Amino acid sequence: MKQARVAWNGTVTEAEPLDSGRLLLPDGTIVDEHEVMWLPPVEPRTIVALGLNYADHAGELSFAAPKEPLFFFKGKNTLIGHRGRTVRPAGVDMMHYECELAVVIGRPARRVKAEQAYDYIWGYTIANDYAVRDYLENYYRPNFRVKNRDRTTPLGPWIVSHEEVGDPMALALRTYVNGALVQEGYTGDMIFSIPYLLEYITSFMTLAPGDLILTGTPKGAVNVQPGDEVVAEIERIGRLINYIE
Amino acid sequence: MTLITAMEGREAIVNVRLRLAGRRHSIEAEVDWRGGTVTLDRRTSRIDEWEWDAPEVGAVYGVALNDRREWEAMAEAMTAPPYRKPPEGPVLYMKPANTINAHRRPVVLPSGVNRLRTAPAIGLVIGRTAARVRPEGALDVVFGYTIVNDLSIPHEQLYRPAVKEQARDGFTPIGPWVVPKEETVPLSSLAARVYVNGRLVQCVDLRRFRRPPEQWLADVTEFMTLEQGDVLFFSWPADAPLVSAGDVVRIEMDGIGALENPIVAEEGGEGE
Repeated sequence: MKQARVAWNGTVTEAEPLDSGRLLLPDGTIVDEHEVMWLPPVEPRTIVALGLNYADHAGELSFAAPKEPLFFFKGKNTLIGHRGRTVRPAGVDMMHYECELAVVIGRPARRVKAEQAYDYIWGYTIANDYAVRDYLENYYRPNFRVKNRDRTTPLGPWIVSHEEVGDPMALALRTYVNGALVQEGYTGDMIFSIPYLLEYITSFMTLAPGDLILTGTPKGAVNVQPGDEVVAEIERIGRLINYIE
Repeated sequence: MTLITAMEGREAIVNVRLRLAGRRHSIEAEVDWRGGTVTLDRRTSRIDEWEWDAPEVGAVYGVALNDRREWEAMAEAMTAPPYRKPPEGPVLYMKPANTINAHRRPVVLPSGVNRLRTAPAIGLVIGRTAARVRPEGALDVVFGYTIVNDLSIPHEQLYRPAVKEQARDGFTPIGPWVVPKEETVPLSSLAARVYVNGRLVQCVDLRRFRRPPEQWLADVTEFMTLEQGDVLFFSWPADAPLVSAGDVVRIEMDGIGALENPIVAEEGGEGE
């Protein structure tokens, strides 16, 4: 099952993406995707994001792979939908995308064991978790000015249920800038797997339905410029398009 | 009651927005928190007769390193690895939804942990969408003030987000209510007193802040929009007390109220 959230005809509604660029609304209406504005497919209370969860990306940033998951929180101010625009601040030297598999929680999750983790997962979507590296400071790093800027985390286009995805640890990730492949990875290369992360996180905090875990990005972080089209693609989920302005 | 009011001073009686457990919506009421009474629906009763829920809040962010005493204690470390230099931008952290806790509800001391740091904080509750505000008019976006108890497992390092130390279930008691800013004393004159088991252990006021909240509101909303109900809070961690199971923490702020929470051991208490 695929589920999107869109603005259409002056209201916000759930929608099921069909083939051929059309969307089925809950009341049976079928609309063309160009008639809607795509919204983030969930409205999470809590967004947990992993840093350095792929060994090759950690190496690229000159870090040893962490022994314990490194994570941080993000606010809802960061989220925008498919085909949205993200601002590159004037005068910065390095802003890069991060294509990430986003886990959507389906049930209240507390002290979940790794073996049961998938029972608590509703589905998956794609996050592009931009970072503006010029603003990095060594306090609660990655600090909010790098990772919590307005509209710097495109999310979508939709959620694909766990059942339909199958094994989330066997998906190819790719990012394209203006059509050129710039980042390629495989979710199976995560240092900490999704079941491990769910057990780890819920060992000390409760997650709620709709909450998100952004599972980190592989190697291939490249600077983006205003005017660029950035496509984050994950196998079996879709292609999340974003424009830099 | 009016007579007592006059004798106690204006700051003990406040019109507030509060939320009672089991009721879906916030209501407005008058509280006399020193006298321990609340007047709602024209009926006056003891504050302790009610079960309280936390005020309705959205995202809750703390501004770190705003306590001048903490900053001075860290000054030397800030020029050495891993920090290398003092921060230039705001150092923020988030207390996610699972951490929100209410007046008089227990805070669970995780097993294997001996003590929690319980830092008093003043919370600014946002009243309308706040983006790119200027320091001069910053309080225009603020609806009111509340008390935040910013609990954490004591930790020295500030290099990485202290998620496991700060984001435990129930680690952010908030309330008991929100006082609209027009109903109370000016922000700059607010002060906090922390009592542990009835004994006064910490007295602080806003003069210890490195920069005023109005300036931080401008710095933070320069890159992140705050929405109605979001909270930006400012704590005094430098001399905040450490507490353990069996202790009761009470934070008083004149002009707002008193937020009290017991600390309980994980086994048998509010935990599983």
